[in-house]
Parts: sequence; structure tokens; C-alpha cells
Amino acid sequence: MSFRAPTAPTLRGDKSLLGNWWWTIDRWALTGILILVGFGLILMPAASPSVAERIGLEPFHFVHRHLIMLAPALVIMFVASTLSRKTLWRVASLALLGSLLMMALVLFIGDDIKGAKRWISLFGFSLQPSEFAKPAFAVTSAWLLARAIDEPGFRGVTISTALFACVLGLLLLQPDFGMSVVLCAIWGVQIFLSGLSMWWVMMLGGLGVAGLFGAYLAFDHVQSRVDRFLDPASGDNYQVQKSLDAFANGGLFGTGPGHGQVKMNLPDAHADFIFAVAGEELGLFAALLLVLVFAFVLGRSIWRAVNTDDAFVVLGVGGLITQFALQSLVHMGSSVQLLPAKGMTLPFISYGGSSLLSLGLGMGMLLSLTRKRSPLSDAPWRTP
Amino acid sequence: MSRRPRHDIDIRHDDAPPRRWSLPQAKFRLLLVVSAFLLGYFAISLRLIDLTLLRGGDDNAQRPAASVAGPQTLRGQILDRNGDLMATSLKMASVYADATLIIDAPQVAKDLAAILDDSTAAALEKKLTSGRKFVWLSRNITPRQEYAINSLGHPGISFEHQYRRIYPHGRLTAHLLGYTDVDGRGIAGIERAFDREMGFTGEDIRLTVDLRIQHILHRELEKAKTTFQAIAATGLVMDVQTGEIIAAVSLPDYDPHHPGEATDEEKFNRVSLGVFEMGSTFKLFPTAAALDGGAASFATQIDATKPIKVGRFSITDYHGKNRVLSLPEVFIHSSNIGTAKMALALGRDGLREFYEKLGFFKQVPVDLPERGLPLYPQPWREVSTITASFGHGVAVSPLHLARAAAALVNGGILIKPQLKLDSDTPLGRLQGERVVSLETSDKIRKLLELVVASGTGSKAYVEGYNVGGKTGTADKIGAKGYNRDARLSSFIGVFPMNAPRYVVLAIIDEPKPTKDTYGYATGGWTAAPVVASLIEQMGPLYQIPPDLSNTHDIRVEMAPYLKDEKLARKGSADATGTDH
Repeated sequence: MSFRAPTAPTLRGDKSLLGNWWWTIDRWALTGILILVGFGLILMPAASPSVAERIGLEPFHFVHRHLIMLAPALVIMFVASTLSRKTLWRVASLALLGSLLMMALVLFIGDDIKGAKRWISLFGFSLQPSEFAKPAFAVTSAWLLARAIDEPGFRGVTISTALFACVLGLLLLQPDFGMSVVLCAIWGVQIFLSGLSMWWVMMLGGLGVAGLFGAYLAFDHVQSRVDRFLDPASGDNYQVQKSLDAFANGGLFGTGPGHGQVKMNLPDAHADFIFAVAGEELGLFAALLLVLVFAFVLGRSIWRAVNTDDAFVVLGVGGLITQFALQSLVHMGSSVQLLPAKGMTLPFISYGGSSLLSLGLGMGMLLSLTRKRSPLSDAPWRTP
Repeated sequence: MSRRPRHDIDIRHDDAPPRRWSLPQAKFRLLLVVSAFLLGYFAISLRLIDLTLLRGGDDNAQRPAASVAGPQTLRGQILDRNGDLMATSLKMASVYADATLIIDAPQVAKDLAAILDDSTAAALEKKLTSGRKFVWLSRNITPRQEYAINSLGHPGISFEHQYRRIYPHGRLTAHLLGYTDVDGRGIAGIERAFDREMGFTGEDIRLTVDLRIQHILHRELEKAKTTFQAIAATGLVMDVQTGEIIAAVSLPDYDPHHPGEATDEEKFNRVSLGVFEMGSTFKLFPTAAALDGGAASFATQIDATKPIKVGRFSITDYHGKNRVLSLPEVFIHSSNIGTAKMALALGRDGLREFYEKLGFFKQVPVDLPERGLPLYPQPWREVSTITASFGHGVAVSPLHLARAAAALVNGGILIKPQLKLDSDTPLGRLQGERVVSLETSDKIRKLLELVVASGTGSKAYVEGYNVGGKTGTADKIGAKGYNRDARLSSFIGVFPMNAPRYVVLAIIDEPKPTKDTYGYATGGWTAAPVVASLIEQMGPLYQIPPDLSNTHDIRVEMAPYLKDEKLARKGSADATGTDH
């Protein structure tokens, strides 16, 4: 039996790995994400204590939890962003497999919260496996569709559709309406990008609209029941009105962090309505800045994607950015009453451990996809 | 941008045949998707500016929208059977300030503090100088205060009007009426049960409840709860002919104007939602079943000398007579052995089927959202028949018990308890399912009367009103099986016995014995007096003529079936304390 000391990374190797990462990563998008995290750090201590006190927890419960989950989320993001494209889809498909298993498990042993089974308790933390399914699905599906493009014999579209149906079915069983919409959007965008004929685009688009419309009708018809079923806050407009009051009270420059008043009466101030707290305490300019940062991260990533010719990158970025953008749009749109109130977390800012970890994973994978090509492929002799 | 050859780490076919997918098209589509998202961000930015700047200056935008978007119709009132007000909606003013418009904050604060009695000038001044465009100064002020503030004429002070639900009798009707949320929607009790009628159409709801009786019952139960240091008390008065609930009280109670401050224990409706093992009051039912099926008669002799052994259970009598008892004696001495033997004589499923017929295995059909689901043994074994015969192993709500007892004395018809006074149904008409025959009902009345005249229920005796009833004292289940010191002591009374009209139920939860009760905390000592005082006050109020002739004595009528001579003596020392 021979013994070999594990080969520790040499200083030089380590440096080169980090250096390589630093020079290939989309530093602008990364900065944008870190600004979002910073917003969250300012807003969480402002928004969550009143919520925590209302439900009988110590005031800084959510602040502590947020900080505890933020560290692993950032680590996951960093690690994911260092992966090569080849390892990336493998990690993603494993993560998807894991979350599918967990989602199936949740249906049987999950904690029933507000009429839906979404959570699983693990090491004292509640995890929501479906959160991880979103980015994992986006990357797996992107790879499948990209491979189908490169290899005509490969039935990537079929497999991707089947996976989509699996995830969607499990989401609807929980039931989780909001996440189903996000998933449909991710897959819809990817299938659209993968060269679907206009006829099919219109068909699927029509189907999506019909689905939303059907949900809306059911919403109106069995209102109180469906309201409580899907989202307890959507029954009355109290939250939204409070949210609008928050923006009005904030004015141009806000009341200053911690000085908001309307937020005290905002039931989900730390999660589904944290944007309203931003509006009240930091004011219009900060809220606009926040919107700008989201748009900037979106724009940067897309710019990088457009400048490659790798189908996997285009599709992966398209899917991941759809999740990021849609969640932020629905969250902000709900708080300013541009959209019907639907609880969704504001990426990197809202409270929610699973959401943070999943976003870390998702944006890490996005950053990996948008990295400049490896030094080898970027070698000067390759460039025309 | 020119197409470059693929040089990914993945092994791909660079010479793949032409495909539908083209990179420029995909990129164009990606830009389309992104444009849609960017448009969304742009719309949100515009909306933010609109919310903050354009509507921010508008006074109306500052108002709390919840109060503007109140219900369109005025919510209906709740009245008692005599038309007295139980719940109504009043328009209340709340005063708020736009601190940016306040000119002389110290002066305004001083003026307001003189009018508003719930704030100090200092506190008001702090709010007025906060610089906020909207700040509440005081909620739910009186019209007089509103007028006085208006008369000050200070700018920047405004009012918001909102309907608020008012319960003039407060705690008295708390569990019965329930309460509404801030938007005026029924959350519990009658408010929830008739939410549609009151909320949408503004219909007034008239209840079968009589506030006067409700008040008497509340007072007597409160008194008993205090005297015996009980943890809770429950009472119910029901018309046996119509099923109308005349009064229903559950203690501890809460202030319906501030339901958020009440504990779960206080908000718990023990009349209809709580289910309890009732104990000996349940003996009414196996006795009725035995009499009804012909399995027994008043003359039936039952050997209650030896305990019944079923497996590891041994059924004994609390104060055994150690002799063969007649059926009426079993009932008035509340013999567990005797009752169990009667129940066993009904056959394997006899008692279970009778209980099912009495509605003990389902929720009570009543217009309240708070309806408890009974607990009963499943599967039903022989030992279940034995324990259920004296009210253990089966847990029902007090409303279940009163409804079934009403059926036994009203001629044998099980009726649906009523809470909404229905002018369409003529009074006194029995609608429901027959559960025992008229003759059985007649016999049960005699047994109930005998219990009060010479049995465990003598404390329920009321001069002039023929009261009948049955005591019950159930040991409550503690951590280690049944607990002798924690009891549910109850009394179910019926009056007037010559033509039964009302059933009165009183339950005292965990009463402690006092010096006056000689160390007893049984139903006969704690709950029976509550029923007696209530009947004493209700009789004259309902103009039920008292019968003071003393010509009728149930003890004389029943003498052939009673061996114990002591029973002939009124108010004997033996008459209490054996009510197990």
C-alpha cells in the first residue's frame, strides 16, 4: 500500500486559477449582483424586525438567518462560476436529479405551510427543493437543446420537454403556481431560442396565455378558496395598498433606513414586499437605482451571450436570466400594482434561505457561462 | 460578427449537417426576450416615479386605501329574539395629520391634547413634527371630538371615516356572535355563519337568543366558576319543542372588540366546538334505549352488587348500594354497574346504533362555523358499550348533549338546533327524526323528575317549578389516565316537567370543593345550583305559572319501584354526592 500526500495546489497554480477566473469572469455583472446583496444587507434589518415581532420571534431573527444563508450562497456562486462548461451541465443535471427526488419526497414528508407542501426540514433549516430545480433545469435543458442542435440524431428536445413536464407536474402537485409560471417561462424562452418555428411559437404562446387566463378565471370564480390555496395575501388588496403607501411615504429620498412607518403594517415586508421597504426608506432614487442594477445585470449577461457562438451559452444564459428577470419583475411589479399581487422573492435581497442558495447557484452558473473562453480557445492564433 | 469555428471543450460535430437553427436568429430572439424584460423594468421605473412624485402630492393618495375600499353595503345588524341589538356597525372617525402642512405644531398639539384623551401634547407634537405626509393621531374618536377638532380649524388635520363593528353587550355574546376582521368580514360565530346575508345584502339577522336569559346564564355561570375556582364553565338553554337556542355561554370569554388580545383558551367556544366526556348525564341514553326497545321497564331488577370485569377493566359504583336495584333506582343513584348492564342487554351494537341515531358521531347541524367533531371508539368493542353507557370513551359537545336530551323529553323527536329566528316555521312544531317513542319520553321525564325530587339532583329543586334533571361528574383524562381530582361536573335540567319546554345545561370544568359543599365538587353540588337559579329567574320572566299546590309528588307515583325508604324524605342527606 503506497501512501501519497494529497497534492496541495501550489501557490502559483492557485493564483493562476483565481487569476484566470478574475480575467475571464463578467466583472460588471458580478459587481451588479454584489450591489444587490448590499441592498439586501441594508434592507433586511429595516424590513424584518417588525415582521419577526409580529409572529413572535426575536427581532433580528430574519437578519441572522439572512446573513447565515448569504455566506454559503456567495460561496456556491463563486464555485459554480469557476466550473468549466463541461462540468457545468453535469453538476446541473445532478442538481436537477436531486431536486426532483426531493420534490417528490416533499409531497409525502414535506411540511404543510399555508396549504402547500413545499418545504423539507434539513439540519434545522427548511429547504425548498423546487428553488434549486429552476436553475438546474435551465442549464440541463440548455445543454440538451444545444446538443440537439449540434447533433441532429440526439433527441434533446424530447428529453427537455419530458423533464419540463416532470418538474412542472411536481410543482403543480405541491401546488406552487408562481414557480410553475417561472419554470414555464424558462423553458418557453429556451425552446424559443432553440429555433422553434413561428407557428409553434404562436401555438405555445397561445397555450401559455390560455393557461394564465384559465388560472385567472379559476381565481375569480372560486376566489376565496383559490386565493388561500395559492397565496394567502392575494385575497385582499391590503398588502398592495400598504405597499403603494410605502412608496408615497418614501418620496424622493426616503425616510432613511429604519425610519419607515408603513412597512410596520406590511405583512410580508421582509420577503414578498421588500421592494416597498426600499421605496419607503431609501426613496425613489434608490428604488430606480435598484431597477437599473437588475436591468444592468440582465443587459451585461445578454451582451456576453450574444457575443459567443455557442448554443449552450445562448440557451443557458437565456434560461437563467429569465428566472432572474422574471422574479424581479413580478416582485417589483406586484409592489407597484402593475401586476396582480403574487408573492415572489426579489433576487439576492428578499429573505429566504432556499431562494438565496438557489440564486447563488443560478447566477454562479450564469457567470460561468458568460466567462470569456478559456485561455486555450481564446489563444491569439484562433482569432481571425 | 463572423461565424467562427466551434472550439469548445465538448466534442462536437463541426461538420454537422445544416439545421433549422441559425445563430443570428437565436441571438435576435434573445434580444427580443431581453427587450421585453427591459421594457418591464422601464414600466416599473415610470410607475415608481408616478407613485412617488405625481401621486405623492395628491392628498387622496395618502389615505389608507383599506378604509376607502370598505364594503359597499352597510353590514346588517344582529338582533336577539325580542329585537334587542346584539351587533351593529357604527361610522367612526379617525383623525390623521399631514405633518408637512402643520404650521404651529406645539399649539396644534396642545389644542388636540385637550380634546383627545388618549394622547399627551408631547406625543402629538412629536407626530406633528415628524415631517411625514400621513400620520394617525387617534383612532375611533367620538362625533363630539370630531366636531371640536374641526372647530379648531387647523390646516393639515383630516378625518377618515370607517364603519366599525360594535357589540353593545361585549363579552356576554362573544362566542355566539364571533367577530369581524378590519374589512368587516365575519371571522367567527354568527358573524361568519351569516356573513353573506349581512355583508352582501345588508340583511339584519334575528337570533333565537334571548339577551335576558343569556345574561342570567352568564352571571350564574360566572358566579359558580368563581366560587369553585373552576378553569371554565359552559351553559346552554334550549327550547325542546323548536330546537331554538335561548342562551349559550362559554367561559372564559373575551372582548369581541379586541379579539386579537384574547388567548386561544378564551376564544374557544366550549358550547359547540369543545367536545368532552360528559359522564353520568349520558346515562339518560342507555336507560332510554333499554326502556324504548322493551329490554327493560321500571320494574326491571338489576344486580349491581358485583363489579363488572372486562379484561383489565373493572367497573364499580362510586357509592354502591350493594343490592339488587330497580331501574329507577339505578338511574337516581347513578349506578355505573346497573347502567352498563342495561346497555349490554341492548346487544352488541344496540347502544352504538342508538348513539348514532342521537347524532353523537357527527357534528351538530347548527348555524355556527365552530362545530366540534365528536370522538368515539373505533372499532366499537364490548368495553366501549360499557364505558359509553356512563359517558366515558365518547366525547361530544354540550350542544350534542342538550339536543339529545331535548329529544328524550319532547316526545322523542331529534330536532336541529336553531339560532336564526325563522318566522316561517310556526312555533312548537316538531320537525325531525323520531328517536324514541312517546311512552319512553314520558318515562324519561319521570326519571328526571325523580332525580331532582329525591336523587343526586336535589340542588336543582325550584319551588313551584317541576324541575327534572341528571347530574354528571366525569373524571378528566390526565397524564396518567383518569384523574379523580380534575372533573367535569355537569347538570342537565328540564322544566317545567309537566310539559317540558326548556332544557338547561350547566357544566363546570375542574371545580374545587368548598367548605359549603362539604368537600364535594360533583355535578349535584356545583352545576345543579346554577340550573336552579336560572330556572328560578327564567320562569317568572317567561310567565310560566308556578305550581305551588304540592298535589303532585313524583315520589309517591314512583314509590312501587323504590325500596329505599329514605327516598321518601325530602332533601335527605343521602341525596347528594353519589352522582357518579
